Amino acid sequence: MRFSGLRILKEGLTGNTGWGPHWRDPAPKDEYDIVIIGGGGHGLSTAYYLARNHGITNVAVLEKGYLGGGNVGRNTTIVRANYFLPGNSEFYSHSLKLWEGLEADLNYNVMHSQRGLINLFHSDGQRDAFVRRGNAMINQGDDAILLDRDGVRKHLPYLDFDNVRFPVYGGLLHPRGGTARHDAVAWGYARGADTRGVDLIQNCEVTGIDIEDGVVKGVQTTRGAIRAKKVGMIVAGRSGQVAAMAGMRLPIESHVLQAFVTEGLKPCIDHVVSFGMGHFYISQSDKGGLVFGGDIDFYASYAARGNLPMKEHVMEAAMTLMPMIGKARVLRSWGGIMDMSVDGSPIIDRTHVDGLYVNCGWNYGGFKAVPASGWCMAHLMATDQPHEVATGFRLDRFRTGRGILDEEGTGSQHNLH
Amino acid sequence: MRIPCPICGPRDRREFYYQGHAVMLERPAAEAGEAAWDGYLHLRENPAGQTQDLWYHEAGCGAWLKVTRDTVTHDVLRAELVEAGHAD
Repeated sequence: MRFSGLRILKEGLTGNTGWGPHWRDPAPKDEYDIVIIGGGGHGLSTAYYLARNHGITNVAVLEKGYLGGGNVGRNTTIVRANYFLPGNSEFYSHSLKLWEGLEADLNYNVMHSQRGLINLFHSDGQRDAFVRRGNAMINQGDDAILLDRDGVRKHLPYLDFDNVRFPVYGGLLHPRGGTARHDAVAWGYARGADTRGVDLIQNCEVTGIDIEDGVVKGVQTTRGAIRAKKVGMIVAGRSGQVAAMAGMRLPIESHVLQAFVTEGLKPCIDHVVSFGMGHFYISQSDKGGLVFGGDIDFYASYAARGNLPMKEHVMEAAMTLMPMIGKARVLRSWGGIMDMSVDGSPIIDRTHVDGLYVNCGWNYGGFKAVPASGWCMAHLMATDQPHEVATGFRLDRFRTGRGILDEEGTGSQHNLH
Repeated sequence: MRIPCPICGPRDRREFYYQGHAVMLERPAAEAGEAAWDGYLHLRENPAGQTQDLWYHEAGCGAWLKVTRDTVTHDVLRAELVEAGHAD
């Protein structure tokens, strides 16, 4: 089933009765070339690019719940490429380029909106740091524009520019940054993978990983054993449990990150605005809700809901930055399970088991990475070589101390990111 | 979330600094080797369910606590002093 303007017109005139399911609901086969554990954004994009880029279609994606029911359906949808460190920079740059061609590639409207992202700064020192970051982004081939106070005022007239603690000095504008419709990204990749022959198997929880003599042989699931030549673990916040089935401990701690959305309002926030000093960021969804969030709650958690202190902190930051938000009512809030790595950067690598691969450690920034993560994971699983833009995401960098990717510069330690 | 500090009684989570899993108490010997130190500094069991982690009563008595709690329900089951000496 392909989408076109003509088709949408026809369906609109005939009561939308002609649409069918977007993907099959196959029973698991006994054996696949590749089994992907996890039917979220990264798992689905990996399956899609295995088929599209490498012609490997005897692939199953195993999802314990429903497709896209985890973090890809629970995030705040920001897409950006404003990283600084070599190792991260080229990867997120690649991801943004994939985003820009994603709708045409998938024939699926993911509502990618390059509305521009503005990171605010509030001191001379912070301005210097953002000039440096902007230069790094430009050197990578992406875009960055330094705005002074009046420049920010032109874009964001509603900020409290004269806040006593955090007066707005300016901002770094990343024009190609923006948002996308998160569910549609999962659905688009799912449909694309399914169309190319990948089996998407829902309600199928992996309960064991079969390993013989250091080689992966398949997985045990709630729907029976499935043999596989290669297995990829792409389960975000659940990485610890799945890796334990292969006898591994990962450099990951799972934490809760909360997000909030207000009632639908008329358009008022045109960009993605990031207020780093308050650990606060905000954008407005196409439905009109203000979508915003803050920092993780800072304790290990699988609850997928947070506690009041961080809610309070986020609301205070929102009121500090844009007092007008006090008139909006919060409609709902929720939490996602973040796979926090030691240095705050991800892992896409082989493991000590032949044929077993791991993709995890996306911290609170996995959504924008979905295209490139799948692209690079597929490359790794198909060729056994890391993709050139993901060579830094090694699992052993913590053990060896080589190539630590501490983007925030806070240190490579568990409770610092 | 409240943490039952053995010295101060039940206190709001805001009073505490979170350090991480209690494995941090089991510091290897300097010559224990790379694998032991990697395990100590980086690798985590990351349990979904009962865990033990370290909290510092920053805005209270200043004691380090080993807290037993559930990462799925956020229930806090008990807290004990890392070192009895901290009670002074």
